[in-house]
Order: sequence, then C-alpha cells, then structure tokens
Amino acid sequence: MALLELKGVSRHFGGVRAVDGLDLAVEQGQIFGLIGPNGSGKSTTVNLVTGLFPLTAGSIVFDGRDFGTLATHLRIGRGVARTFQNIRLFGQLSVWQNLWVAQNSPADHAKRGFFSRWLGGQAGVREEISRLLEFSGLAHKQDELAANLAFGEQRRLELARAMATRPKLILLDEPAAGMNSEEIAQLKDRIVKMRDEGITVLLVEHVMELVMGVTDRIAVLNFGQKIAEGTPTEIQADPAVQKAYLGGETV
Amino acid sequence: MDFYFGLAQIIGVHSLLGLSAYVVLLTGQVTLAQAGFFAVGAYVAGMLTVLAGWTILPALAASSALGAVVACAVGFPALRVKGLMLVIATLAFGEAVRLFFFNFDYQVAKGGVKLGPLGGEGFRQIRYFPENGWTTMDVMLFIWTFVVLAMALLWWFDRSRYGAVLRAVGEDELAAQSVGINLTAVKVSAMTVGGAIAGLGGGIYAHYTTHIEHASFGILLATFAIAYPILGGLGSVFGTIVAVVFVQGFLVEGLRFLGDWRNLLFGALIVVVMNVRPKGFLDAPTLLWIRKLFGGKRGAA
Repeated sequence: MALLELKGVSRHFGGVRAVDGLDLAVEQGQIFGLIGPNGSGKSTTVNLVTGLFPLTAGSIVFDGRDFGTLATHLRIGRGVARTFQNIRLFGQLSVWQNLWVAQNSPADHAKRGFFSRWLGGQAGVREEISRLLEFSGLAHKQDELAANLAFGEQRRLELARAMATRPKLILLDEPAAGMNSEEIAQLKDRIVKMRDEGITVLLVEHVMELVMGVTDRIAVLNFGQKIAEGTPTEIQADPAVQKAYLGGETV
Repeated sequence: MDFYFGLAQIIGVHSLLGLSAYVVLLTGQVTLAQAGFFAVGAYVAGMLTVLAGWTILPALAASSALGAVVACAVGFPALRVKGLMLVIATLAFGEAVRLFFFNFDYQVAKGGVKLGPLGGEGFRQIRYFPENGWTTMDVMLFIWTFVVLAMALLWWFDRSRYGAVLRAVGEDELAAQSVGINLTAVKVSAMTVGGAIAGLGGGIYAHYTTHIEHASFGILLATFAIAYPILGGLGSVFGTIVAVVFVQGFLVEGLRFLGDWRNLLFGALIVVVMNVRPKGFLDAPTLLWIRKLFGGKRGAA
C-alpha cells in the first residue's frame, strides 16, 4: 500500500489552477522525484501535503488515514517532515537548539513525559541530536547561531531539523538549489542514507543531475497536471516531458 | 534615601510589566494588552485587601491568577490575527478594560467611610502597607522579591526547551509549525504567563501607590510595557530590566534637572538607542559573546 496517496488533488488560487486533479502514489521506502518547469505546482503540492493551504478538491491519504483538514503540526506528528525551497531556519537559535525544538514526535514526547515535555531539560535527547549533527556534518558547529552558518551548512541543518521530527516521509523542496556538484554528490549520499534508514523521500527538484541519479520513480508536472510518470530512464525518453521542458512543437 | 527606595519601587513594578510583555514578545507577538491585565490585577488585589480584608499575599495570588485567566481568554481570539491587526485588537482590549474601570462603582461602607472603586474618581485608600506599618524599604524589598521570582521563572523558561520553542515561533511561524510545534498552544500559553506576571505587577502597584484610577492604565502604560523588552533586547530577561532602569531611572528621574527639555530628550535618546542597538541592549550575539567570555554552556538562548 502506498505511504502517501494523492487522489484528484486540486488547489486553485482564484482563476489560477496551481495544482489540478493530481493523482500520485508514493510507496513506502521509495525515493520519488517530482519535477516540472517553474510554476508547475511542485511546491504547492508540498504545501498541500503539509497542510499549509486547504485543498480545493481531492484528498490526501497518508499512512492509511485521510489528512482531511488536519492542522500542519498534527500532520508532522503523524510522520511527515519537510524542508523549504528558501531556507527557513530559526536563525537566532543555535544549531543544537534548532534540532532540539524540532523533536515533537510522539516518541520524543513520551520519552520526555508530560510535564518535562516543555519544561524539562535535555535528558534522553542529546544522543539523538548528536546523531543528527553527525549525520549532517555539523557537530563542530553546534553552538553557532544558525544565521551565521554558510549556505551549504544551512541546507544541511534544515535537513537534519526535518529528520529530528522522526518522519516516515520527508518532503525535500529543491534541496540542491545553489549547490555545487560536490555538495550535490554529498546530498545524494545523504538522501540514500535516509532511505536506508527507512524514510520515504519525495524529492522536488530542478537539478537533473540529482533527480536522475537518485530516484526510483519520477512524476512530471506541467501547469498543475501530471504529464508523465515512470522510472528515470522512461522519463528521459518521454516526448511529452521533452516538450514541456524544451518547448518543442507538437508533431 | 526614601527617594531611592521609591524609585526602586517604580523600577520594580515596571520591571514586572516589562517582563510580562517580554514573554509574549518572544513569540513574535506585539501586544498592547499588558496594561489591561495590569489594571485587572490592580483593582482585584485592591478590592480584596480593602473590601474583603484579605492579607497581601493571597490577594496578589488572586490578582495574578485572574490576570492569567483573562489573558488566556483574550489570547485565543486575539492571537488568531498577527502583526498590526494584533496590535489594534490588544489595544482595543486595553481600552475596553480602562473604560470598564472608568464606569465601575462598587463601594462598601467600612467604619463610617465608603471605600472601593468609584468610577472616574478612582479607587482611593488602598492602605494595606501603611496600616500594617511597612516602611518604604520593606515595600521595596517586597516588590523586588517578586521581580526576582519572575525573572527566575523566565530565566528557567529560557534554559528549558519551552524557551527555545517560544523563540522558534517568534522567528518563523511557518517553519515552527512545519517541525510540529502547535502555534496556538505556544502563543496562548505565553500570553497566559504574561497575564499572570502583569496581574501580579498590577496588584503590587495598587498597594504601593494606594490610589489607582483608570487613567493610569491607558495606552501610555501599554506602550511602556512593550517598549521595555524591545529596548532591552530579547536575548535575555536582564535586557528588560536594563531597559526599565534606563527609562525610569535615567530618562525619567535622572534627567529631571533639565526641566522642560527632558521630554524632548526622552524621545530623542530612545531613537538614538534604537539606532545604535537596533536589536536592543542585550541581543543574541552580545549574549553569546558574554557567555563565551565566561565559558558558558550549550543549550541556553
């Protein structure tokens, strides 16, 4: 059964059909790519899954339960996490604290207990944060303010912060934007490592070097609709995709 | 000496007011409601000691609790709106409270004298401290005990995860909810804590001035409340105290020798300070620097 299933999902902003009747099924353990030209509705799809806007039509089923109109923080609690296209860290908190405040999973709450959920100290969470700092290569920067990190480090911290919510599914919104090819190679390793830990990945991306190299399956959006879906090899050969990207004429 | 004790009393009460706004401001909410909670606390505590014959501590506990309840009740609807809309909504609440007390008559005869709030005349003769023979120094120490307690509470918050969560919400609400933080719970709880501190401050204020009236709780007081944490910076609770000492001790009292020029300089100096220290006296980088100087620990903001 699919971990995330979108059925006829639409979101209209006035007359603009940002996402229009989108069907998508992301299987457990997959790295699923979502690509498309600018303005094709990829980021809107991510925002709809995390509940930042209500749906105009359709439904989103995650882990066997319909999200309905569930609030964003409750969706995160059920096991969805995301990163942002334009990095959104808590700049005046330290790197360590950025991960600390993201520990909102039911498992972490249970570990802290009811009262110490909010007011308690750092018992039982240090190891997990250390592990995430190690994972993202930021251990030596843990006391820096997030705002003072370099661009690539901020991207890594944001990924680690999403991991700190203990997600089943992670939505990466253009994680490779602005990265050089060495950083992209590192990111690719991290994504594979996340999948190996059992996290399903939905990767929204422009950088084909990353998408084609790492995904199991790809869906292509154009003007809010899905125009193709398949393996990376199938997608590269698809004439509809080539037309959407290169603007070729219908033959 | 009494002059300095009196000044310390004013600084203490304004510190409580500033701290109440500090908690709410940590979550990024600019509120002008603090003077309203302060007024509720003042009238309630005054009525309890004067009319009901309570001693001071239970009366302050009640004023603080009521401040919290009112803040929680106001917080739910008010915190649905943000930014300027919240400023207007909380301002309206503050004015509503002030006008309520402007029209509030509840007098009871005690030993041939009518006591209690009398609308626009105000609430006179809240004489718990003089009747019990407290000196100015006693009152000052009493006030500062509560200031220290409130600071300790907020300092503890700051060290705890709750403090980091408050700041996370203040930095970026969208990111905060996207890591699973319940924005409503965090904002309303901060407002409730702020209301408790403001209610306590109001209760104390009523007793050291012995005479309260609606006009004292207007927009000017609300502006002072929010100005302290902004001026002091959100890095630490100490910033708010520094700002209160700067405003009440230096600008209001210290510059009295300048006569009429003082009011002019008051505004100008605040503008200068905000330009030199746009994030307040004690902002995050300054605190990090201080902490490194003393070899501080991780995990604190």
